[in-house]
Amino acid sequence: MDIIINLADGVPIYRQIVNQIKYLVASDLLLPGEELPPIRTLALQLKVTPNTVVKAYDELESSGVIHGRRGAGTFVSDGRPVLAHEERQRIIEQRIDALLAEAHQLNFTADDILRMLRERRAAMKSGTSGEPTELRRK
Amino acid sequence: MGEIVVDVNDLSRSFGTKDALDHVSFRATVGQVYGLVGANGAGKTTLLKHLLGLLRAATGSVRVFGLDPVRDPVGVLSRVGYLSEERDLPEWMRVDELMRYTQAFHPTWDASFARELLETFGLDRSKKIKELSKGMRAQAGLVAAVAHRPELLILDEPSSGLDAVVRRDILNAIVRTVADDGRTVIFSSHLLDEVERMSDHVTMIHNGRVTLSGALDDVRHGYQRSRVRFVEHFDQPPILDSALAMDGGGRSWSVVHSGSLEQFRHSVLALGGEVVESRDATLEEIFLARAGRNRQQVEVA
Repeated sequence: MDIIINLADGVPIYRQIVNQIKYLVASDLLLPGEELPPIRTLALQLKVTPNTVVKAYDELESSGVIHGRRGAGTFVSDGRPVLAHEERQRIIEQRIDALLAEAHQLNFTADDILRMLRERRAAMKSGTSGEPTELRRK
Repeated sequence: MGEIVVDVNDLSRSFGTKDALDHVSFRATVGQVYGLVGANGAGKTTLLKHLLGLLRAATGSVRVFGLDPVRDPVGVLSRVGYLSEERDLPEWMRVDELMRYTQAFHPTWDASFARELLETFGLDRSKKIKELSKGMRAQAGLVAAVAHRPELLILDEPSSGLDAVVRRDILNAIVRTVADDGRTVIFSSHLLDEVERMSDHVTMIHNGRVTLSGALDDVRHGYQRSRVRFVEHFDQPPILDSALAMDGGGRSWSVVHSGSLEQFRHSVLALGGEVVESRDATLEEIFLARAGRNRQQVEVA
């Protein structure tokens, strides 16, 4: 499972795991019925304490993203989901905050950014740039 | 919270005129991983040696499983696994002799687990300890520390001077101890990113004093790192409320600070500046700030 922990982004590690698994499910990179790695395996892969993975799985279970924790393995739940409006907004707002901070540093105004967003989107739609592939890689 | 495994209360210890531990309290509950951080000579090893009964509490008290490790070394040590920083193993023994020797002290020794680990590590059982490389010594010491499936695993600077492969073996042992059995781990390390990943709780020791202790997420949440821009040009770091460390120059500064963000914004505003960006500080940033090296680079790659 492709999860990357970034210590410097200020988000608790368990929350990074929760967010990224939700994202993998929401974007069909993890499918309903698919099994998640056992706690020990994921803890080792990410080099984090197992309790952090337990905390992340607990939260994913209580929000209905995964099920079947006890015993026979952990599986992705049915039904597309799961990212509540609030959650989606929070994730995207984090991105926007980072973008605005960087823009500020580079002396772009918010209006500049809005204009550039529209331009980029137009470029993407007309398929004249390589950007979409770049985005998918993220 | 679960059962208390380690309870250190107001422990002080001096070597000559130097205060090695100064009114230290520390508590560990079952099933959690505790990271001890601090500069060399801060007192981490001294604290761990008290848990093992290798040092007697001069003032204050030390209890492990509710027992005094100095008065009841067998009762404590049979349930503890320990890997020392020096990996002080008997040089003249062969690896298999070390295993038998260690087994003799531990009725709970799991011979098949020991065999599995030795094979995984590719350790030659007939080799003498003194013939082993640094990494292999650490691996041999690790097997001796975990094969009796201790309820408490204590690792003193386990990663010190080891390559990535052996470091992974060590992390593996920590993860296994906690994930499979719900046992407790206390480890000290100067690798702050390792502590940040591997610990549920962190205790920071500085000059023999505990300067910070708590659940890792709470500790991190108590400190922010903010980027600040001023209208005015500052040659010296400007004085800001709750700022612990500052780096930068001119109009742009990076600040590690504690307390409420609102209050911090306020004090920045009062100097004609604004907070451009804030996030929870990393353990490394908190450590450098709390260690009092205010001019140290706050910007950690």
